[in-house]
Amino acid sequence: MTISLKELAKTPTKMTAGHRLCGGCAEGTVVRQALMATDKPVVVSTATGCFEVSTTIYPYTAWNVPWIHTAFGNVAATAAGTEAAYNALRRRGKIKDEMNFLAIGGDGGTYDIGFQALSGALERGHRFVYLCMNNEAYMNTGIQRSASTGIGAATSTTPAGDIIPGKQGYPKDMTQIVASHHIPYVAQVSPHNWKDIITKFKKAYDVDGPSFINAICPCPRGWRTEAEDSMILGQLAVETCVWPLYEVVDGNYELTGESLRIAEGKLEKKPIMDWFKSQGRFRHLMDDKWAKVIKGAQADVDKKWERLKKLAKL
Amino acid sequence: MSLVPGGRVIEPGSALKFLTGDWRSFRPVYDDKKCSHCMLCWMYCPDETILVKDGKMNGIMMTHCKGCGLCAKHCPKKAITMIQE
Amino acid sequence: MEHKDIAINGDYAIALAWKQVDPDVCSAYPITPQTIIVERFSEYVADGEVNTEFVCTESEHSALSLCIASASAGARSVTATAAVGLGHMWEMLGTTAGLRMPVTMAVTNRALSAPINIHCDHGDAMASRDSGWVMLFSENVQEAYDNAIISMRIAEHKDVQLPVMFCLDGFILTHAIERMTPMETKDVKAFVGEYDPVYPLLDWKNPVTHGAMDLSDVYYEHRYQILEAIQAAAKVAEDVFKDFAKITGRKYNSLEKYKCDDADYIAVCLGSTFGTIKVAVDQLRAEGKKVGAMMPRLYRPLPIDDIAKAVEGKKGIAVLDRFMTFGSYSPLYEDVVTSATSLKEMPKMYSYIYGLGGRDVKVSDLESVYNDMIGNKSKKVNHLGVKL
Repeated sequence: MTISLKELAKTPTKMTAGHRLCGGCAEGTVVRQALMATDKPVVVSTATGCFEVSTTIYPYTAWNVPWIHTAFGNVAATAAGTEAAYNALRRRGKIKDEMNFLAIGGDGGTYDIGFQALSGALERGHRFVYLCMNNEAYMNTGIQRSASTGIGAATSTTPAGDIIPGKQGYPKDMTQIVASHHIPYVAQVSPHNWKDIITKFKKAYDVDGPSFINAICPCPRGWRTEAEDSMILGQLAVETCVWPLYEVVDGNYELTGESLRIAEGKLEKKPIMDWFKSQGRFRHLMDDKWAKVIKGAQADVDKKWERLKKLAKL
Repeated sequence: MSLVPGGRVIEPGSALKFLTGDWRSFRPVYDDKKCSHCMLCWMYCPDETILVKDGKMNGIMMTHCKGCGLCAKHCPKKAITMIQE
Repeated sequence: MEHKDIAINGDYAIALAWKQVDPDVCSAYPITPQTIIVERFSEYVADGEVNTEFVCTESEHSALSLCIASASAGARSVTATAAVGLGHMWEMLGTTAGLRMPVTMAVTNRALSAPINIHCDHGDAMASRDSGWVMLFSENVQEAYDNAIISMRIAEHKDVQLPVMFCLDGFILTHAIERMTPMETKDVKAFVGEYDPVYPLLDWKNPVTHGAMDLSDVYYEHRYQILEAIQAAAKVAEDVFKDFAKITGRKYNSLEKYKCDDADYIAVCLGSTFGTIKVAVDQLRAEGKKVGAMMPRLYRPLPIDDIAKAVEGKKGIAVLDRFMTFGSYSPLYEDVVTSATSLKEMPKMYSYIYGLGGRDVKVSDLESVYNDMIGNKSKKVNHLGVKL
């Protein structure tokens, strides 16, 4: 599959400017990438969250494609409803065109409150692409911890205190949980690697059944970083193996992008300390007394990375 | 008030009428002589404010650019620089 | 027109109505005593007797979410639930109305927890009554079947565009086999017509945003539109009842009255109790007591003026709630009392709470309500049959 930026730049605008995401929010980039990966009409369902709110403040909508939001914890069921209607109406000959279905949830709407609806929809086999935009906390409500928040991160419900250094425990490995549903296509992506992300979305739209793409979405506001650094942080997440790029195609694991090069010894695997140093939410961990948190986090990343390599037979 | 029932918004892309350009504290300055039209700025811009004409970079929609600086950061030719508003 | 009567329970009757309608999407989650509606419907799906996209979700919350989305997409969508299942849907009830999705739902009335109890009372419906749904109650299996069909016409009417829940008493109607006259399938199809969706999501050439965020400048106005729509449903329902009578001969009214015109004492109730109370009325009438009964079949929007007119000048009104509000008066009682505030002189009104968690209500219990009123023995709030 060859993808050229110049060709992609000719694709029509499916989500316009004038949305109210913060400057530098990677969600805008990720969704644009998700939308440019298909030429077919796409129907978008979105869970409550930053993205839903900032693209559709009445009377404005940033959407040039059909779009629906119903609630927070149900975007997979909502997308399933659009797909069920499509199946029914196509069977009755009331709809002729082929269409794609995209569900978008944040990490709160995917790892936490929307988990059950997602699992149910995956098991039932609806044909839709589920995009999780993982910025590792409830950013819309003011940076509260979620099940995807990394250990040690200061959030507004896991503040960096004198005796507790931010978020306790390691994040839920949602991509692996979804892969255990044995759906046709699962992938992890980062927006900085546009070729990788668009290739994966194209594959996801093409499968006959559910597909799931988990995207790391750097959040300048919640991560305490500069707006211009959102792509660099995505890259750092990949290069530290905090967020490996990979895909699971019909159960077969493949590392991609920088992650494949790291596994092949062609690119250096950066230490977790680089990740922690890059963001204000981890600043308190630089105190020597939290060295064990950093050590534990490195061990957790290493353990998951080695397991992933084994799954990818590398 | 005359409203479409259900809070539906029936004018697609109407957010274009909402000008986010006034959020900016830094502005991108584009030098078309340096630009190689690789379109990486277009790919990364979260706000779809990179104007495209015939597949080429054609300036920045300043009415909406929030000045995040992603385009400048990643421009391989340094054709975009950020200056204070 | 020739109709053949059948023996059928309430759940199967609803499944039969849906089979005849052949909706585009049916999505549900099992819960007693609703379960056998979707079990039977799934048989129709499995045998190819309907063309419906049938989705068994992992929860009631998802079942209704799915119906909202499929309705928005342009599909006629139905679901069913009960009790805590309706409670689990609660978040989405207001969303269905707010997005103006004409979903229809069977609610097989059952008590709320705790203690957990699978039997009939109206706690589920009453806890949902302010969600912007049109609500219909059924006295018997025939009415449950008829309401399944009638509700679609009301929901999908262009002046309404709101969801409708039609209630039938759990077990008392869902599981009891009664004699019923089904409609001819062609008549059902003609009566409900083709679903003509408003701004369907799948019309991708005219992309519409459903479920945008309102700030305080416009939220009130959008909610006010729901009020206007549900008020419009009052007339629409009466028109639909008339059309339905033309085909079936069964004439329904927003406020059903039984021997009320010359009555001195009236009892107001909902659901199957209306059938039982008619027997009590007949027996007391035989003793020369001037009593009557009524049921607001259309519970939301409440036929406020009809109720006021019906209770005007009466000596006593007993309002029977199969539900108990903790810390205030129970809902049907409040509804009837506030409806009567427009009268120059309000009759005496008594609240009777009864039948919670499936507690049986006998004809003699209902006779005692009238006799208490006649004998001036009713308290303001009475608990019928509670063992204290």
